[in-house]
Amino acid sequence: MKKILIGLAAAMAVSASVPAMAQDKTKACFIYVGSKTDGGWSQAHDIARQKVQADLGDKVETSFVESVPEGPDAQRTLERLARSGCKIIFATSFGFMDQTVAVAQKFPDVKFEHATGYKSAPNLATYNSRFYEGRYIQGVIAAKMSKKGEAGYIASFPIPEVVMGINSFLLGAQSVNPDFKLKVVWANTWFDAAKEADAAKVLIDQGVDIITQHTDSTGPMQVAAERGILAFGQASDMIKAGPKTQLTAIVDTWAPYYEKRIGAVADGSWKSESIWDGLKDGILTMAPYTNMPDDVKKLAEETEAKIKSGELKPFTGPIKKQDGSEWLKAGESSDDATLLGMNFYVAGVDDKLPQ
Amino acid sequence: MGLAESILLTIATAATPLLIAALGELVVERSGVLNLGVEGMMVIGAVCGFAGAALSGSPWIGVLCGVLAGALFSLLFGVLTITVATNQVATGLSLTLLGLGLSGLIGESFVGSPGLRLPNLYVPGLTDIPLVGRLLFGQDPIFYISILLLIGVSWFLFRTRTGLTLRAIGDSHASAHALGIEVVAYRYAAVLFGGACAGLAGAHLSLVYTPQWVENMTAGRGWIALALVVFASWRPMRILFGAYLFGAVSIGQLHAQALGVGIPSQFLSALPYLATVVVLVIISRNRRLTMMNTPASLGQPFVPER
Repeated sequence: MKKILIGLAAAMAVSASVPAMAQDKTKACFIYVGSKTDGGWSQAHDIARQKVQADLGDKVETSFVESVPEGPDAQRTLERLARSGCKIIFATSFGFMDQTVAVAQKFPDVKFEHATGYKSAPNLATYNSRFYEGRYIQGVIAAKMSKKGEAGYIASFPIPEVVMGINSFLLGAQSVNPDFKLKVVWANTWFDAAKEADAAKVLIDQGVDIITQHTDSTGPMQVAAERGILAFGQASDMIKAGPKTQLTAIVDTWAPYYEKRIGAVADGSWKSESIWDGLKDGILTMAPYTNMPDDVKKLAEETEAKIKSGELKPFTGPIKKQDGSEWLKAGESSDDATLLGMNFYVAGVDDKLPQ
Repeated sequence: MGLAESILLTIATAATPLLIAALGELVVERSGVLNLGVEGMMVIGAVCGFAGAALSGSPWIGVLCGVLAGALFSLLFGVLTITVATNQVATGLSLTLLGLGLSGLIGESFVGSPGLRLPNLYVPGLTDIPLVGRLLFGQDPIFYISILLLIGVSWFLFRTRTGLTLRAIGDSHASAHALGIEVVAYRYAAVLFGGACAGLAGAHLSLVYTPQWVENMTAGRGWIALALVVFASWRPMRILFGAYLFGAVSIGQLHAQALGVGIPSQFLSALPYLATVVVLVIISRNRRLTMMNTPASLGQPFVPER
């Protein structure tokens, strides 16, 4: 019994480690929706936290709470962190939005940063990453590498972020092969390795020879490796799960942003902003382009460079919606508000968008 | 490999862990103990299975580790509910929570490391038979173990004296005790068997289904197994049917989506749960038979008078 209790205590200690604070340091705190070793989203945030700690050394003290459910628990956790002396708190999941807004109101002296949300306040900033830029490059690669001219897309939930990714991937592919087709399967989960693997098996059985995912586990990569087809990683570099399979991955690199913002709190220059950064700002990077011939690699790198320089914007017309109506005229680029509320497919998606 | 064959293989892989975990829980519940910790035992089996395989280099040793870890973990439940007579529902729920946390702790260093897959059976000649070869002679070993378990559990419960005794304990532990039956020993054995099965089901996930360790990788499959036992009205063959029906609808809805039928994906995702519950409720609609199969002292703590 004793051993069990010790085990229990150990498990709890790991899930909430808030070390004692020192006065001269800026205390930066993070809450994660998943565990810090989820292999994807939350892990990317924790890697960034570790890098901040390593780079800023004595000037900063970081702490984190992982596996915080969205809802009332998040609010309690945020309040506890705010009381414990955190000067800046990063809430790293979309679902923490309303709780972060509420706690920010109660603690006007603490700075809050909410990832991927859209509600801000004088002491609450939002930050997001243009993941769709990476997906456009993936589409370009897929169209070059697929023999069948068709890719499979494992999607999570029909929210604008995911729909934007699907459209961007297909637009990238169509820039190479205008007839490129995309099969979409909704797993209705962010993280269920076995279910994602099932979705991958189904797509491969139906004939696609490249799969990409907007779910967080390495399950699909594993299946792709087993069946000998190609795939793209998500949120973290998944090359370990498919050394001969992964073409590239969109890697979330939050560290530079975190360092900038923590530095701003330290020197008093912090202001509430709404940041939506992309490849050029280094908030997302592409994992090495692997398992592809040199000409495809070169094209991918060129595409990446063009997006970084601003020469290429993925959502630039002429683009038709799925129903055939015109969305963007030739040369016209979409504004951010439309992208952030995107609820329609572009022409060529072989799926009906769940509403 | 044809499409139909491939679909059937995918269904079998999806159904196997549910079948194994549910058969284990069936034996536990037939002895009158309700262990809601299936999810926790399963995830412990998954992480220990993966760790055992990664450390030893042999997926079979991994399977063994998964089974033993599941059984060991269920022993904790046994000590608390059978010896100390704590509330079974509360204890089972805490077992799940503890299992999920503990497995994350154990598995921390294994996240992202490449997994070992238990190789599929290969019988020269037989496996290559068109259409049925891969299905009958070319699946993973745990699939065959699940079928043997099904036969074994059915035979044990309804064709042996020990099985009859076990069911008698589940129906009335007081009467069984009065007859001089070792209620406690039987229940410990049943709980350990349930734990071992859940551990094996977990090992299937981390060594066959998706050979890797990711936190919380059972993703609710333990709860589905638990529900299957109830909706199958504690009958092994109905559990087989329920597990494969669930697997078939899960895979079928994904195929329907990929083919682009115009049904909302949220509905399709809910379909496996709906279909399984509805069908099993319909086949179990004979109330008298269901009552007969329900262990009457299920979930009640047994405190013998001394």
